[in-house]
Order: sequence, then structure tokens, then C-alpha cells
Amino acid sequence: MARMTTWLLCLLMGVCLPALAAEEMRAFEDPVLEARYAELTAVLRCPKCQNQAINDSASPIAGDMRERVYQLLHQGQSDQQILDYMVQRFGDYVLYNPRLEGRTLLLWGLPVVLMLMGGLLVFVLVRARRHAAAQGLSDSERARLASLLGSDAADDSRAGRESSARGGQRSDT
Amino acid sequence: MKHRLMLFLPLLGFLLLSGLLYRGLSMEPAGRESAMIGQPFPAFELATLADPGQQVDASLLQGQVTLVNVWGEWCPTCKQEMPQLQALAQEGVHLVGIDYKDKREKGRAFLAQYGNPFTLNIFDPEGRLGFDLGVYGAPETFLVDADGVIRYHHTGYIAPHEVTEVILPEVARWRE
Repeated sequence: MARMTTWLLCLLMGVCLPALAAEEMRAFEDPVLEARYAELTAVLRCPKCQNQAINDSASPIAGDMRERVYQLLHQGQSDQQILDYMVQRFGDYVLYNPRLEGRTLLLWGLPVVLMLMGGLLVFVLVRARRHAAAQGLSDSERARLASLLGSDAADDSRAGRESSARGGQRSDT
Repeated sequence: MKHRLMLFLPLLGFLLLSGLLYRGLSMEPAGRESAMIGQPFPAFELATLADPGQQVDASLLQGQVTLVNVWGEWCPTCKQEMPQLQALAQEGVHLVGIDYKDKREKGRAFLAQYGNPFTLNIFDPEGRLGFDLGVYGAPETFLVDADGVIRYHHTGYIAPHEVTEVILPEVARWRE
């Protein structure tokens, strides 16, 4: 059984290998540059694809963009400069994290606003419920309740005693 | 009564959201506007397709409204688009081609077979000019005004009806 699992595992790994071939091997002398390259190619979106980062896409333009990121990193450009460079050509579409500006304020702000509104709603509802529970019944409500329940429940206090007595009986059995 | 009506609020919210998402479904994902609109045509220095010895640069696009079409022999849609480009050339539109990520012989053979509506073709084998234009496929078409500023961008295929309905009006608009 263990041997079969091993074989299966090897087979599956073999199947997965071609997927890795989407990205070419690149030589980095500086591990910091390598980490920045990995980060940048993960946050830049392939303009040809619906929803793939450029490090995940085999489309030619994604390859060109990876190459350009590599070159710009070695020219000493900052991450922000590289992102701006890409946006200047391909538009905001290539950013997985939209920039915070006037146009995107709603996009970034709406979740916060909705959370606050939801919190406020819960707070108001809970308070209203507590308030209602603490207040008890008004005189007019008492009268209406009595008429609904019929004459035998007219005396409010007696009705209360009866029900608690019944509750007591039930717990005995 | 007012309280009861409030119960419909979640439904209203749901319907609004559904409407928004439904509209998104029918939108063309590639139809987004180019980041290059309003920008000067990027600087470049490349040879022409016809003559490897003839270098051209962005000054080529100064002085008149030009339709710049990005094409390649490898691009099947470009073949279907050629009749529309011929029609535009016959209407007097100044056309410049960019032979994008292509081989010189193949590009020339393409023009020999499908006709050449372009006054000149820029040869961009590595796609460097294409990259600076934000091109990620072919065909793509840019309208450049007489000052060399990009004014209009068409992603993908120009359908026959779009020649008179979209492209010619845009050309006329920027000629003024």
C-alpha cells in the first residue's frame, strides 16, 4: 500500500511539473532583488488574462513584463517606480491592489463604511430590545392583553402565579 | 406599517447588487480604455519593414492625423481586418503599420498576400514599441493627432460596420 502511494505521488508530481514551466529561471546575485522580483511579479496582473498575476501566466505579454521588471530592478528602480512604469503603459488594470486616490475612494472606503453601518445597526437593535424588555407593559397594553386572554386571565398577577405553578408541576414529573 | 416596509430593505440591496453584477457579466473585459489616451506617442527608433537601413522615429507621426495599426503575420484576426484598413486608406486616412513581434520575411509576405494599405510599416520584432504602447495582442489601433498625441484606441478587430460608424468619425473629429 505504501509503495503504491509513493508511485502515485511520483506520478502526480510528474503531472504538475509542466505547470512550473510558465516562468523562466532567472539568475539573481542579490537575494533582496530576487525577493522584490517575486513580490512584484505576484502583484502585477497580466493584461491579456482575466485574472492571473504575471508570474502565473504563460501569455507572451506576461513574459515581456517579467523581463521588464527584471531589467528595471537591475537598473535600481524602486518598487513604486516599476509599478508606475507598468500602469503608465497598461493602465490601472495591471495593479491587483488599486491605488488609493479620489477615483478609488469608494472602492477602498465602502467596506469600512458598511462595517460601521452594520455595527451601528446591531448596536441600535440590541439596545432597543433591551429597552423594550426592561419597560414591561403599559396600562393600555395590560388591558388589551386581558381582553385577548379572556376573563380568566383578567388578573394579571394571578395569571403569573398559575403559570409558575404549572411550571413547577412539570419539573416534578 | 413603516417598520414592515423596512423589511424589504435587504431585498432591495440584493436586487441592486444583482443588477450591478449582471451588468458586469455582459461587459467586454478587453474593452477597457487604453492608458495611453491623451499621451504623446512613445519615443522609438526602429527600422521600417521594407528597408532595414531606414530608421524612423516618433516625428514620423507629426503633421497629420494618423491611424497606427499594430499587426503581425501570426495574427489571424489581422488578416480579416485588412479589407477594413484598405477601405480606410481609400477614404484618405493616413495609415502607419507596426509589424509586431514578427519575422521580416513573414511580414512582407503578409502584405504581399493581403495588400498594403499602410504608407509605411515600422518593424518591431521584439515588441519594444508595442510594450511602450501598452499593446498586449494584435490587432490594436491607435489614432494619433497632428501633434503626435494619442487620441483614440481600438482594442482588437475593426469590424466592417465600425469603419464608417466609429473610425471615420474619430478621424474627422481629430482632423479639425
